[in-house]
Amino acid sequence: MKISIERGALLKAVSQAQSVVERRNTIPILANVLIEAEGSDVHFRATDLDIEVVDRAPAQVERAGATTVSAVTLHEIVRKLPDGALVTLTDDGASGRLSVEAGRSHFNLATLPKEDFPVMASSEYSSNFSAPAPVLRRLFDKSKFAISTEETRYYLNGVYMHVSESDGGKVLRCVATDGHRLARIDADLPNGAADMPGVIVPRKTVGELRKLLDDDDTQIAVSVSETKVRFATPDITLTSKVIDGTFPDYTRVIPQGNTRRLEVDAAEFAKAVDRVATVSSERSRAVKLTLEEDKLTLSVNAPDSGAAEEELAVAYGDERLEIGFNAKYLLEIASQVDRENAVFLFNSSGDPTLMREGNDTSAVYVVMPMRV
Amino acid sequence: MPALCRSCLHDFAEGARCPDCGSPRVVSHPELFSLSIAHMDCDAFYASVEKREDPSLASKPLIIGGGRRGVVSTACYIARIRGVRSAMPMFQALKLCPDAVVLPPRMKPYAEVSKQIRAMMDELTPDVEPLSLDEAFMDLSGTARLHGRPPAVMLARLVRRMKDELGLTGSIGLSHNKFLAKIASDLDKPMGFSVIGEAETASFLHDKPVRMIWGVGQAMQAQLEKAGIHRFSDLLRWEKADLHARFGSMGDRLWHLARGEDHRRVSANAPVKSISNETTFHEDTSDPDLLDGHIWRLAENVSDRAKARGLAGRVVTLKLKRANHTQLTRRQSLRDATQLADSIYRTARALFDAIGQQGPYRLIGVGISELIPEDQADRSADLLDPQAARRSGAERASDAIRARFGPEAIVKGRALR
Repeated sequence: MKISIERGALLKAVSQAQSVVERRNTIPILANVLIEAEGSDVHFRATDLDIEVVDRAPAQVERAGATTVSAVTLHEIVRKLPDGALVTLTDDGASGRLSVEAGRSHFNLATLPKEDFPVMASSEYSSNFSAPAPVLRRLFDKSKFAISTEETRYYLNGVYMHVSESDGGKVLRCVATDGHRLARIDADLPNGAADMPGVIVPRKTVGELRKLLDDDDTQIAVSVSETKVRFATPDITLTSKVIDGTFPDYTRVIPQGNTRRLEVDAAEFAKAVDRVATVSSERSRAVKLTLEEDKLTLSVNAPDSGAAEEELAVAYGDERLEIGFNAKYLLEIASQVDRENAVFLFNSSGDPTLMREGNDTSAVYVVMPMRV
Repeated sequence: MPALCRSCLHDFAEGARCPDCGSPRVVSHPELFSLSIAHMDCDAFYASVEKREDPSLASKPLIIGGGRRGVVSTACYIARIRGVRSAMPMFQALKLCPDAVVLPPRMKPYAEVSKQIRAMMDELTPDVEPLSLDEAFMDLSGTARLHGRPPAVMLARLVRRMKDELGLTGSIGLSHNKFLAKIASDLDKPMGFSVIGEAETASFLHDKPVRMIWGVGQAMQAQLEKAGIHRFSDLLRWEKADLHARFGSMGDRLWHLARGEDHRRVSANAPVKSISNETTFHEDTSDPDLLDGHIWRLAENVSDRAKARGLAGRVVTLKLKRANHTQLTRRQSLRDATQLADSIYRTARALFDAIGQQGPYRLIGVGISELIPEDQADRSADLLDPQAARRSGAERASDAIRARFGPEAIVKGRALR
């Protein structure tokens, strides 16, 4: 194999590969990226056995072929090369070394046989559709903060992507929860997605997927089966196993009858929460919200370290209510609001609270209060 | 060389017998009257208490421990002569000593006696750090002027008083730090009084095996032996950085201990770091129903102790020992610390389920750690488990019932498994 490739294109391809590779590996070949050169393209393939990413980059292929080298080392080298450099990768097949040349730099990297590289078995996808990058970006960005890290409830370690109904119409919906808060985000159902099976997309896959979604104009080809999900741009294909488990029935968790309505400027609210939480010494910083007519008082009382209080002008017309929350959870849901005011709907100080942006029900958040 | 008679507490300059009362129970050491860190360890404590309560046991070999498959928790000195040791499996102990009387431990009277001993120690110094019911560290630095006699004398008086007033014997280790004091108390049991001075520390440790270190168990010992470390002299050959690289923070400690250095203070209120409980089965088992019952009872016990101390844990740990003595431990951090038996049980049970079929097991344990005050725990409910609030209410209610009518007044069906 012998190829020449521009440093920028190579860096982009290799950085996606190396982020999939697990840092601590017991199987050496999994630390490597498979480089396959054919025609006018070179493919970089990396896997952790749960996720596989394939990047295509244009290159001058002098001699077709394939080999594998350490993804992290190759990435480090390419990252340190000067911008605009032309990089030549040569593998003569016999020496067990890949030569990397750029300008006056020359590296020899140990390789492992391409035959040892585990290629994810291809599968039949029961549903194929296409969605604009910004739509998927919103679905996952606004839900991923609520993904659980608790391993005993592994079925919560991802975002549940499925088809659901809202206001009589079908929607593509992403839900994540860790039992303390929940995010439910809807988007118009793309053509061809109606029969999609619901899948739990693992946390790591959500992180990798995010890198495909930066460009507003890209259409993402999405393929879903009961066991796998695939997201593809013209250059990058990300295939992932989905979490083998049943996502809990979240619909009964979302409060329907909360009537005490608070409307507040989300940015002002978040800043105030952040300020008063500063004095709290505990790990789960509890903030107390006291609601009175058109007035919200945020307070923290930490016997060991001090107390703080701040008042906000808000729209609230119901009875007085005192309710406590973990400051971090409040900040996280408040930061999801970007266009309108945040609307909170409370019931009592022991019941889950609902938050949404204005009257938009396509993104709702639920957060559990805590005793203060 | 300064010497002290342990019978009449007379101190004198030289000699194998007390010039005053003629007793041979003399301890002499160049640093005898300058050392002040002590470790007191009662001799065969549980067995001695039982023998005191029932004089007919006095001349019989007595083993305190539980069940057919349990282990010896204490053996009296008569049984020890026959080779019975604590932590030995009961069947083995009974093979060595078939005529032994076996009694289950009764923590209540032991705790009461322990309190009396503690009161005596408190008269010597405010710095008493109990390790368990029957042993404690004491720092008597600076007490000589208060008592008018050096620490060694006061310690000898303490064990004499324990014998006279409580009918129990104990052994004293006197040295310049906790590590060595603990080793010393074990050198001359029972009714011992051993001293390790600063001058002899290096030569004393040199040939001693590293398993002497408190905290070096079978597993650690195996690791050390793999590295060619058997004795303290082997440790001295290692650089601090190398020990650290190989054994982590324990490596740092080993480096210091190898030099007889231990800077830990004797602290009266050592904070509780974890609360745990474990049980060894009569027969190895992998029956999930049976194990489930154990998990519940252990969780309830841990919860009771946490509630009694006003503490809650942020981490729940499950420990399983297989038939071949290999051990599995799993831990789960909680978002919201807990002291509730229900949450401890559910978390431990989830950890147990995640392990899958790896039994049969001989031991199971449940614990909580990363403890915090209870007012910062169990503060938020679980969205996905709306029944949790009802269960925790039920638990608080049954706690109230048990507080009023006794621990057996109300139990879960699960506890009967």
